[in-house]
Amino acid sequence: MTAVSSRQQLNYIAAQAADARVNLEIETEGMTLNIGPQHPATHGTLRIVAKLDGEQVIAADPVMGYMHRGYEKLSEVRTYPQVTTLVNRIDWLGSFANEVPFILAAEQLMEVEAPPRAQWIRTVLFEMSRIANIVLFLGDMAVQVGAVTPVFFAFRDREHILNQIEAATGGRFHPNFDRIGGLKDDLPKGWIVETKQVMKKMRSFCDEIEELVMGNEIFQARTRGIGVVPADIGLSYGLSGANIRGSGVDWDVRRDGTTGAGGLVHSELDWRVWTHPDGDSFSRFWVRLQEVRESTKMVDQLLDGLPSGPIMAKVPRIIKVPAGEAYVETENPLGVMGYYVVSAGGLVPFRVKIRSASFNNMSITPWLLTGVYVPDIITILGSLYFILGDIDR
Amino acid sequence: MSSTQVFAELAYWQQTGIRVGAALAAVLLVAGALVYMHLFKAVSFMQSRLGPMEAGPYGSLQLLAEVGKHIQKEDIFPTKADRFVFGAAPFVVLASTFLLVVVVPAGPDAWFIDSELGIYLGLAVSSVSVLGILMAGWGSSNKYSLLGGLRATGQLIAYELPLILAVVGVVIQAGTMNMADIVYAQANGEIFGLGIVGNPYILTQGVAFVIFLIAMQAELAQAPFDMPVAESELVTGYMTEYSGMRFLLFFIGEFATAGVFAAVASVLFLGGWYVPGIDPTADVMNLLGPLVMLVKIVGLTFLVFWTRFTMPRFREDQLQRLAWKFLIPIALANIVVTGVLKVAF
Repeated sequence: MTAVSSRQQLNYIAAQAADARVNLEIETEGMTLNIGPQHPATHGTLRIVAKLDGEQVIAADPVMGYMHRGYEKLSEVRTYPQVTTLVNRIDWLGSFANEVPFILAAEQLMEVEAPPRAQWIRTVLFEMSRIANIVLFLGDMAVQVGAVTPVFFAFRDREHILNQIEAATGGRFHPNFDRIGGLKDDLPKGWIVETKQVMKKMRSFCDEIEELVMGNEIFQARTRGIGVVPADIGLSYGLSGANIRGSGVDWDVRRDGTTGAGGLVHSELDWRVWTHPDGDSFSRFWVRLQEVRESTKMVDQLLDGLPSGPIMAKVPRIIKVPAGEAYVETENPLGVMGYYVVSAGGLVPFRVKIRSASFNNMSITPWLLTGVYVPDIITILGSLYFILGDIDR
Repeated sequence: MSSTQVFAELAYWQQTGIRVGAALAAVLLVAGALVYMHLFKAVSFMQSRLGPMEAGPYGSLQLLAEVGKHIQKEDIFPTKADRFVFGAAPFVVLASTFLLVVVVPAGPDAWFIDSELGIYLGLAVSSVSVLGILMAGWGSSNKYSLLGGLRATGQLIAYELPLILAVVGVVIQAGTMNMADIVYAQANGEIFGLGIVGNPYILTQGVAFVIFLIAMQAELAQAPFDMPVAESELVTGYMTEYSGMRFLLFFIGEFATAGVFAAVASVLFLGGWYVPGIDPTADVMNLLGPLVMLVKIVGLTFLVFWTRFTMPRFREDQLQRLAWKFLIPIALANIVVTGVLKVAF
């Protein structure tokens, strides 16, 4: 698996070097292209300062922080239940998944455990926010390489998922539903049947995208062999999620995680982790597509085996967390997300450190973008799939 | 007294005035119809939405509202722009469209100029738009515009060749470059002794037709060949700095050029204004011909916009490879085969 990716990488570098020699002979003058913070491809306020030679990138430097909202500091003056409102806004496309690791960390500190039914519903919503997030990616990636139509299909079909999330939690984008020791509410009547139908729609959406986007020769020509991340380099830059599984590393916190076990019930389900050996933009897209399918299957299984019982453990009305520290990470839609919560005892956390997936995924861009052409910058950024809120927090 | 005689009795300035008016109407009305039918409605249905519905019945006046909006907007010149070049660029692009439309006949007497050079002249003047796009890219003093302008130039020059080579096959078969005579050649032609539908060259020049369509797509800078405007990479390429009226000119130019190229393609490959059963030189074709042409134009441009909203875009090097390694050799082979068959039969 590494052999394939490094061979591709070497071919690519050789081709770049040949081009560079030609350019050296003509003695062209470089140009600095400032991509962003306002640019249609950076979905938000990412800025990339790219030094170009013709259309080839000599050096690329991502500049972050245009959307910094100071959530880590704000968390220090909020009570524990209030913090979930903030962290909902980190990865705004899969909001519920942001709450989970924080709540699990707080539960770990308080030494309470949510009842089984709450854990199962929590996992359902966790996987549904992953579907809502990645479905949009599948359409958005097509826009990045120039096909306009698939993103409309993505928005159309994501609507079904958002409707279900809204029906269960009351919030379309920011559910704010997870509580220390359980959940805010039980599922509404008829929700399970409807959700199963939605999962069927999602699977047919995946088939549609597979035909429309992935099967397209131009899409393959634009993404195969572009932005190759060898497994060892990806690991050393701290990539996670589908970005590292696209490089052939078989690692998923839902299955292999050591911290926070017990909060989510993935271990009781029948599912598999998908990897792809190539490590290029196409493989990252492929892995995400398979993950959506896997998530829909997981949701089906969870809804079939939903245990009965209470949805809230016995916790005091005013939550005081004993002194201590906890780190919990989960496999969020964008990659591994972790919260390091330090409590000095009392109503508010002493310190919250957020390890967000996109920030680490972005750190590879200077290495990855060197030597590529301007159109490939967009392909690579699109396939790395970052959410600006997740980078800047 | 036939219409030709009536027309011939008018003074030169009157004839010219009528022609200019007809050209304006032909280009602008067709462009407007294409924007409404394809961009506003057909594409919306593909993308599971309705498109404009509020302005006028079924959104039919939306385009007027858009034009009104653009006319009211400020005409912004960037501080460091080359003012003359920047300001003139949209007019150069639009001029090339109007120059191209004059060679297209829409009926036995409904033509702007009746030139023996016909299609040769048309392909020559259609290249003028490259100049306008390069002017826009350079004059904007914007890096995205510059990249877009350079990409457009490389692309349009690369795809002129397959376009011209595809036309050569038709010219060999028709034995003339006069556009009206090409239509008559198709109307009077026969395939294997069957002359019921004439011989529209799409049947015998199918390869050339496909090459022409692909090259046309690239000439129009529509996806999958839309690197010059590549909105996810270069914002909108050479149009980035334009606003108000000048942006509108580029916008009209884009759709008008699509319509005019489709008109050229329908004359070359689909028999122009000819419909089976009616004598193409009959007087009634002067009225019926433009309508027949319009139907063919709408059909061909639908293909263009269907492709545009379905395909991802090529990278610059992949696009050049497609032109030089596939389209041009195939077009050359087509010319050789056509020539051999022309001599043989």
